[in-house]
Amino acid sequence: MAKLNGKPFPPGDYPVVIVGSGPGGLQAAYSLSRLGVDHAIISEDEQPGGMFRRFPLFQRLITWTKPHAPAERGTRPYEWYDWNSLLAEEPEQRALVPRFMDGTSYFPSRDEMERGLVAFVEGSDVRVRYGCRWESTRRDGDDRFVLSTSDGDYRCATLVVAVGMTEPWKPQIPGLDEVPHYVETKPVREYAGKRVLVIGKRNSGFEVADGLLPWASQIVLASPRPARISVLVHSTAAARARYLQPFEDHVLGGGNVVLDAATERIERTPNGYRAFLHGTTKPGDLVIDADDVIAATGFSTPLRDLPQLGVATFYQGRLPAQTPWWESTSTPGVFFAGSITQGSIGLKKYGIPSNSAAVHGFRYNARVLARRIAETRLGVQVDRPAIAPNDVVGFLLAEATYAPELWNQQSYLAHALLFDPDRGIVDEGIIPLAYFVDDAGGDAVAIAVETDAEGDIHPAVYVRRDGRVDEHTLASSPLMKFDGQEQQRQLAAVLKGLI
Amino acid sequence: MPDTEDITNILSGLTLFADLSRPELQEVAHTFEEEWFSAGQRILRQGFTGAGFYVIIDGEAAVTIDGSDRARLSRGDFFGEMSLLLGEPPVADVVAVGPLRCIVLAGPDLGDFLQRRPTIMFRMLQAIARRLRSSNQWRS
Repeated sequence: MAKLNGKPFPPGDYPVVIVGSGPGGLQAAYSLSRLGVDHAIISEDEQPGGMFRRFPLFQRLITWTKPHAPAERGTRPYEWYDWNSLLAEEPEQRALVPRFMDGTSYFPSRDEMERGLVAFVEGSDVRVRYGCRWESTRRDGDDRFVLSTSDGDYRCATLVVAVGMTEPWKPQIPGLDEVPHYVETKPVREYAGKRVLVIGKRNSGFEVADGLLPWASQIVLASPRPARISVLVHSTAAARARYLQPFEDHVLGGGNVVLDAATERIERTPNGYRAFLHGTTKPGDLVIDADDVIAATGFSTPLRDLPQLGVATFYQGRLPAQTPWWESTSTPGVFFAGSITQGSIGLKKYGIPSNSAAVHGFRYNARVLARRIAETRLGVQVDRPAIAPNDVVGFLLAEATYAPELWNQQSYLAHALLFDPDRGIVDEGIIPLAYFVDDAGGDAVAIAVETDAEGDIHPAVYVRRDGRVDEHTLASSPLMKFDGQEQQRQLAAVLKGLI
Repeated sequence: MPDTEDITNILSGLTLFADLSRPELQEVAHTFEEEWFSAGQRILRQGFTGAGFYVIIDGEAAVTIDGSDRARLSRGDFFGEMSLLLGEPPVADVVAVGPLRCIVLAGPDLGDFLQRRPTIMFRMLQAIARRLRSSNQWRS
């Protein structure tokens, strides 16, 4: 790929510099290009794909793409069902991942995903300077940055960091530093007949355990809190259904064990490890002898020296704190794309997080971010079409029923219309919901899709009138069609006086 | 406070969690999520559904009703529980005064969380009683 693309973007001055060639960086670069924003994109990798060049470990994604869906492939509504393809304006560049899927699963293999990303780069003429390692960062005056790289210095006023939440992370537990991280898991055959302790009960922990079921003699999964299961808590961040076989084995008494226990320390023994744990939901001390231990304890963001530059972090330094527009809260001009955007929390209603950790969420963040950067930092004017008053109700309900941005980023992205005294009703497009509800703008309405505590999915309408924003929940629908007469009547009542 | 400090250590210094053993603290630390807010950002929104239960671990927040300040909250204080216990949207905004770090529990999980940990429930009850006493003194 490096040869295919040559070596674009030599060191120098650029309006925008993007770091990273995973799906977040690629989507940001593509979307900036289509807005006519000059930028450089650099990556230390030798080809596109980011983490998908190597992970998931067991070579199959947990985000689905439905080759056959209720919407025609390549249309905007189809994106709802295809969680893995990047977004393009050209029809031939849309829905690329399903073209490479062989039909054995609706979860693409890692290789199928990587091929989809490579095809996106080749077909959409996204150029990347590969093999260019970002090494350090410094300020150039008050509002510009200099990135020192293996190829030289890049200067910019707007930096987009899209390096993924990819750095293996372990909590400070005595002895855990001696334990291989998830990324260091050995080939499965090497676990044949072994007793394996997996520290962590999120998706990476369950993925490893699931992959080792045919090999290990016994698997113990342990972490302090009970496992959160996606179908119960309505979140892709919880353990996904397809990884739950180890849990069923435990519940049915199959011999593998899922423990709620805090690991106090781990010691090496002549033949493996001895782990000392305390039960949490069921108190009591536990000593576990294992041939192998795997720390499935998560990842952090390789921010390099950005914290020294003033970029505030949280989650034990693992994520940068971000505004609703994915800008550092403490260092203006530093933006984020890709899975790092999960650090911009949003409303997180009923505790359900955004899908910004996954492609089907952050691809929309990146497109919205590109427009934001273009408009607020580079003076690009993006057209906002007018909407006829009689069309407003139907337009908003169609968005709630079909818009992939609203379905894939529930309670996080919204479609907004402004009631402009001069221009009439203006389509503001997709924007962060947190920005809309906290912004002191003029009269406006935004519609989002939300899931409540009972799992009911419904449209939610936010109306800003005289500076105050009120929330209105519309009726749900068993078949998830929100454009029926009941919702039309409800929305018309909510908007009374505005249209 | 360094943001890399282990949450379990932080919780061990807060009154709400003062009666918990180390393993219990670790479970709580893993049950809550950490969130970070910048100055002026709203955490609880008056009249909005779906809010959570928050405990401040660093920084200060203002409680405002219809735009006017009613109280200040700081490290160890918690908010969001009133609306969750009553099953109603919050009647106030809570806004970060400066950089603010909180731990948050999803609203639907609060009832079960408290029922499983009566010592935290008792500490919360004491704090609410103190609030009520202050409120009554202010009124009189």
